[in-house]
Amino acid sequence: MALTLDAEARLIRDQAVAFFEERSPVRALRALRDAGDPDGFSRALWREMAELGWAGFLVPEAHGGTEAGALGLGLVLEAAGRTLAPTPLLSTALIGASALVLGGNPAQGAAQLPAIAAGTRLAALALEEGTHHDPARTAATARRSGNGWRLDGTKSFVPDGGAADLIIAVVRTEDGLGLFLVPADAPGVTRERRRMVDGRNAAAIRFEGVTLAADARLEGGGPGLLDAVLDRARVGQAAEMLGAAGAAFDRTLQYLKDRRQFGVPIGSFQALKHRAARMFEAMELLRSTVLAALEAIDEGSPDLPRLASLAKAQAGEAFFLIGNEAIQMHGGIGMTDEHEIGFYLKRARVAQATFGDSAYHRDRYAALSGF
Amino acid sequence: MAALESFRRETRAWLEANCPALMRTPMPDDEVVWGGRNPVFKHPEQKVWLERMAARGWTAPGWSRAWGGGGLSPEECGVLAEEMAALGCRAPLYSFGLSMLGPVLLEYGTEAQRREHLPPIVRGKIRWCQGYSEPGAGSDLAGLQTRAVRDGETFVVNGHKIWTSYAHYADWIFALVRTDPRAKKHEGISFLLIDMASPGVRAQPIRLISGYSVFCETFFEDVRVPAGNLVGEPNRGWPIAKRLLEHERKSQGSFSDRHKARGEVPLPLLAKRHLGETAEGRIADPVLRDRIAAYAMRDHAFQLTRRRLAEEQAATGSPGPASALIKLVATELNQTRLELMLSSAGTAALGWEGEGFGADELRLTRDWLRSKANTIEGGTSEVQLNIIAKRVLGLPD
Repeated sequence: MALTLDAEARLIRDQAVAFFEERSPVRALRALRDAGDPDGFSRALWREMAELGWAGFLVPEAHGGTEAGALGLGLVLEAAGRTLAPTPLLSTALIGASALVLGGNPAQGAAQLPAIAAGTRLAALALEEGTHHDPARTAATARRSGNGWRLDGTKSFVPDGGAADLIIAVVRTEDGLGLFLVPADAPGVTRERRRMVDGRNAAAIRFEGVTLAADARLEGGGPGLLDAVLDRARVGQAAEMLGAAGAAFDRTLQYLKDRRQFGVPIGSFQALKHRAARMFEAMELLRSTVLAALEAIDEGSPDLPRLASLAKAQAGEAFFLIGNEAIQMHGGIGMTDEHEIGFYLKRARVAQATFGDSAYHRDRYAALSGF
Repeated sequence: MAALESFRRETRAWLEANCPALMRTPMPDDEVVWGGRNPVFKHPEQKVWLERMAARGWTAPGWSRAWGGGGLSPEECGVLAEEMAALGCRAPLYSFGLSMLGPVLLEYGTEAQRREHLPPIVRGKIRWCQGYSEPGAGSDLAGLQTRAVRDGETFVVNGHKIWTSYAHYADWIFALVRTDPRAKKHEGISFLLIDMASPGVRAQPIRLISGYSVFCETFFEDVRVPAGNLVGEPNRGWPIAKRLLEHERKSQGSFSDRHKARGEVPLPLLAKRHLGETAEGRIADPVLRDRIAAYAMRDHAFQLTRRRLAEEQAATGSPGPASALIKLVATELNQTRLELMLSSAGTAALGWEGEGFGADELRLTRDWLRSKANTIEGGTSEVQLNIIAKRVLGLPD
């Protein structure tokens, strides 16, 4: 396993960076926010991304995907993170596709994956019930009912849940946690929009006696299916955070060179130089963990769970540091809504809380390491 | 790839046949082999292992065979390191000649200098030390005052170096000396090789807070050095000095994992031993557990980063300014580990000497104190942050 990008990977990265800089700069997020857009992202832009093949990176060719792999998708997520582009990449291209590829039977795959790869069907993982990531405390249930299932429960924070066509619900069954495919328009499903501080949308979703056919459950992947899907989600989230933290750092570094006080650039002050160097350190460590985790997905490495927790924890810490330092170093202008740097701080907090914050992943890493 | 795999098979077979059993056990710090004119071998296997490895040039596997090295490609060096790690083979030789001076002579030395100095480094016949810091030139290294005055075919050296690691055991010293006192401070410095056996050289160990004496003061009084021992051009020693520091920082990147080679008790195990464990086998104290996890993850991220930067630098050949990052993080990790070892072991790791403490426990106390130098020696952490800010991030002076 190499931690440096080959020519093909660099091509994917460069294409994605150019795409988001041109088609979805930070002002596009501002426009969606200010318009109160019900989706929180641009469907037109998503169609363009799907045409580039990005929705089908993890989908087998037989179902219309490119099977280009997690590394490529991670590089696109990183590029999207740089401009804070809100897209269904994580919820649909990574999580939705992973759940079906890892857990779906051939019929489920054939029914869902072509539409996911084409970008015409949006997915969302309905997992969180409280205020903190904690899959073990899932209380929503699926009970046998006739030939099928009956779902009940409430989900509090489902990223992209409002726009999703397909809800992948994590619920408790008589034999542990299971993942169920729930059409968003099924009777008994109600959704409420949750406007988040980062300008994106989540949904609170209620399942009330939702009746599903017998084949609604993802049976593949065994009892480890949820963890396997979540680890991919965590790595993807960390990749997006790598891009966002990197861009916030680049902007701050440029500000340190441009902004003059006392007749000199403020970046000449050692008190700021050393803190800039610490941000660089955090970025370098983060980049290595994200690349290692993405490659672990592609290689089917048994060390993926530890690497996923490592990457997500490091992403949380690096983005926390850089998000806060970015505001402080920009001074008063960083406090204004007009300046874009504040969008990065806001995204940092939401991304940190998504799929487990650093404390959650330190605890998980310790448990996986035997202490 | 096929050639590399066959190299791997041959290497493994050779190591299995030639590495003595004792040399496949963890290496206590006092069994490190440093070589030199008066080498110390606690066990005959150490000598056998050094000689066998040196005969293949595998003490310096990447150096050309012309200088006694192994002539291996970077990929083959990687395979050798992996196979040695897999069998638990000890490093046959630690030496500042291998890690610091050698690479600099390969880049800046004359043919004659390489011929004279590189083969003895490979074979562990000459032990080198580093004459950089002075009482008045620490972080401001370029402010050094040790003088070398040309007198015919020799330089006459007078001055006072400090923090010269192991100077009292060293055979030769590579020293920074001022050859033009009128020039700007960076432009009057030369890089000179001095035989420690020369009349007028005196090394005096310094007792440290740890009780160890790894550093010396080294005095030069009218020491006559052949002019041919100058590396590079006169008064152009500063870029060479900085390059050597890059190699030093890179070697300091291993501060964070030397404890593994010497078979130290793993930190989580030590914590469980002293603070107990839960029914699920977890460290009972959740606060210490979290701090140990944070350390372990930073170490893991660092290992991945060191590997990534090494891959990126394979093309350029020299460590570059990223070595400042490696040095910075590795030394902090070593200190963090030892702080957590002390927190885990409590008063058992606070003994100084005598009854009531195990040898491992007493060593832990001393190692904790020794580690405080890690973020000072080879350039302080603050200097590393300056280097990153200036040379990597391009922030203005």
